[in-house]
Amino acid sequence: MTFVDLMTVTTPPPDPARTPLTASGAHGQPPREPDGAYLDHAATTPMSAAALAAFVAEAQRTGNASSLHSAGRTARRAVEEARETLAKSLGARPSEVIFTAGGTESDNLAIKGIFWGRRAQDTRRCRILVSAVEHHAVLDPAFWLAGHAGAEIVLLPVDGEGRLDLDALRAELAAHADETALISVMWANNEVGTLQPIRDVVRAARPYGIPVHTDAVQAVGQVDVDFTGSGVDAMTVSGHKLGGPVGVGALLARRDLALDAVLHGGGQERGVRSGTLDTASIAAFGVAARHAVECLPQRAARLAALRDDLVTRVRVAAPSAVLRGPDPGSGDRLPGNAHFTFPGAEGDSLLYLLDSAGVQASTGSACQAGVPQPSHVLLAMGVPEAEARGALRFTLGATSTESDVDRLVAALPQVVARAQAAGLVSGRAIGGM
Amino acid sequence: MRVLAAMSGGVDSAVAAALAVEAGHDVVGVHMALSRNRDQFRTGSRGCCSIEDAGDARRAADVLGIPYYVWDLSERFEDTVVADFLSEYEAGRTPNPCVRCNEHIKFEALLDKATALGFDAVATGHYAQIVTREVALRDGGRRSVRELHRSPNDAKDQSYVLAVAGPERLARAMFPLGGFASKDEVRAEAARRGLSVSAKPDSYDICFVADGDTRGFLQSRLGSRPGAVVDTDGEVVGEHDGAYAFTVGQRKGLGLGRPAADGKARYVVDVQPTTNTVVVGPAELLSVDRIAGEKALWFDGVLPAPVVEPVETTDVVPDPDGWFDAEVQVRAHGAPVPARVRSIARAGDAYGDGVPEGERPASSAAGADSSAPAMEIELTGAPLRGVAPGQSVVVYRGTRVLGQATVSRAWRAPAPAATAMDRAR
Repeated sequence: MTFVDLMTVTTPPPDPARTPLTASGAHGQPPREPDGAYLDHAATTPMSAAALAAFVAEAQRTGNASSLHSAGRTARRAVEEARETLAKSLGARPSEVIFTAGGTESDNLAIKGIFWGRRAQDTRRCRILVSAVEHHAVLDPAFWLAGHAGAEIVLLPVDGEGRLDLDALRAELAAHADETALISVMWANNEVGTLQPIRDVVRAARPYGIPVHTDAVQAVGQVDVDFTGSGVDAMTVSGHKLGGPVGVGALLARRDLALDAVLHGGGQERGVRSGTLDTASIAAFGVAARHAVECLPQRAARLAALRDDLVTRVRVAAPSAVLRGPDPGSGDRLPGNAHFTFPGAEGDSLLYLLDSAGVQASTGSACQAGVPQPSHVLLAMGVPEAEARGALRFTLGATSTESDVDRLVAALPQVVARAQAAGLVSGRAIGGM
Repeated sequence: MRVLAAMSGGVDSAVAAALAVEAGHDVVGVHMALSRNRDQFRTGSRGCCSIEDAGDARRAADVLGIPYYVWDLSERFEDTVVADFLSEYEAGRTPNPCVRCNEHIKFEALLDKATALGFDAVATGHYAQIVTREVALRDGGRRSVRELHRSPNDAKDQSYVLAVAGPERLARAMFPLGGFASKDEVRAEAARRGLSVSAKPDSYDICFVADGDTRGFLQSRLGSRPGAVVDTDGEVVGEHDGAYAFTVGQRKGLGLGRPAADGKARYVVDVQPTTNTVVVGPAELLSVDRIAGEKALWFDGVLPAPVVEPVETTDVVPDPDGWFDAEVQVRAHGAPVPARVRSIARAGDAYGDGVPEGERPASSAAGADSSAPAMEIELTGAPLRGVAPGQSVVVYRGTRVLGQATVSRAWRAPAPAATAMDRAR
């Protein structure tokens, strides 16, 4: 505890920074889940073995999918097969698939591209309707357009479970349909797992001909997602949330959608998304998406059962915990999602204490320069700021097991007690009841 | 041990964290966010507080392979350090925000939260040493006491700003750089570990005052309050925009139109907040040999009188009146000067020794609790110049910190100090 003590500790210094990174995945073994109880599959989830094999196979080849020679044609074939696979898995046509570098890029392309495209057709269309619980990848481009391109943002309210207020949407449309450029409502919320009434959104928008975009990043592989069946005009999907690699995603967009380019250059992907195609990632994405959708019925049932067990046992281990989002039994929630607030505790204290107990979870909300911010999703649901600061999200995936839940539940009582004590000391989370 | 390494983003705290890791502790890095709107803080490689610094801290934590968190202490910082800075200047005093940050943020808010979360100690990159020493008790037994000592690196020694934390809180502190004799050594240690902050420049000045413009900061927060600058005869010699922006001992920036009659340089000799008046005078008036301190604290093993029941012997042996010989330091980079010091229980007593009744400050001005521990100091060597109320005074014997207080008043004894010197012998 003193300088003297510090120098007399005899344990040999560990050197985690110099531990060689294992490259086992690159040799064809399936990627592993992180050590400990990994309950953060909504952040990212391990690549499936088949996806990794596809990635490695393509990465070992050379060829630009835009080249006309044989190397290019080989790459092009891999890309187009992945496009067909992805389209088939999501109920879309191959020509509706625009590959991007991930969910954030797809959301930016949708919001900016549709706004510009629609306003080019009619300069009155400056309103962007988004739900108040959208991911920042939707909200921030919308607010950027408000600051730089004359857009007007309408944040559509949600109820206490995070579900869109359809009446508010209908009222907005009735009053301002001519000035509305687009509507963006996510398929499923990334924090509290709420499934949104997308078909109702489409039904409300259709009479006015207003395009609907949906961010389905969290939904694919967890619930049925059918692009054409849903009636939306554009849909964001991401590779690494469903067992593919990080750095690849897609925007599914109807061919008749007015969509301007965000990235200009070589004219790839219908001219709206230039840039050399990432053959290896795209191939792996296609394999992963097919696998995720094929396994969905069994996996969703298994995850829901495990999640229900987690919710029950968390409530026993930490009786002060408050479940946020829809009732797990209602069917209005992603099967792998559980979310709680812990009164009097701060999320990052909970996170640290769980991490040191080998349990990896998330507060679910964003940081600003590393400073945890109360979740805009919880605030939109009417949760008071003090309570919103004590949030933890647990998300399950393909590799989750009962032992992950065991480890969480074993650690939780002491973790919550300590975090609440720290909350009292720091005086921030008081009043969290 | 579970150790929380406070990581500012500078080289010192990064190396301190590295040494804690290498000593085998279970270390977690924490960066303190001290401003909600961090653009208000200095940008660039300042060593703490900016967004770049948070990134540097994170990178250092990654290199060390330790978890890293940012704790938002901005409200506490505003409510304690910044509020104290403003109210002290408003009251005509001269605060040291680094002292208050150690008192309220690093060794209170951070330390208490760390303790609640199960950490055993907080490691920082301060240059000072905590030494545990066995002392003999009068009943023949022995006991270990914890002492705060200066760093062997004189230029970097930070014991002055740490003393305010006191022995109980420093018992949970760890200063891995305490034994380093030079900053170059610390930089070399950083470079050896591949820490990219090894060549980062040192931070100076006050982190929440952009551009180092204290007067501008005070004016932006306290507003303009024009008033008079007077000489010691009460004659108006100039104007100012707010007495709060002046500090006893200040010479520059007085904005006096005409020179003094005697042609000598004039200094701020008093700041009177109630009348919003700044008093200027010759340098001689700045010389003091008596200092009264409030909010006094004493380190383990120092038992100044009055003590109810002394139970141990130490090398600090007060005379029957409670005086003991020591050295005092009144600013971070000042030199220690010889003095006689004693602890008193009542702040009012600090003015009981030779201060004319009319010179005593109204006790209500400082809002002093009459039973609060206080400190009396008589300088036994040359007088000091420019000792302002609000400054921290730290009592040393050699390298060892004996105690600390906030200066409530400094003055020149009306009679020659001969009697005091005699008593000292």
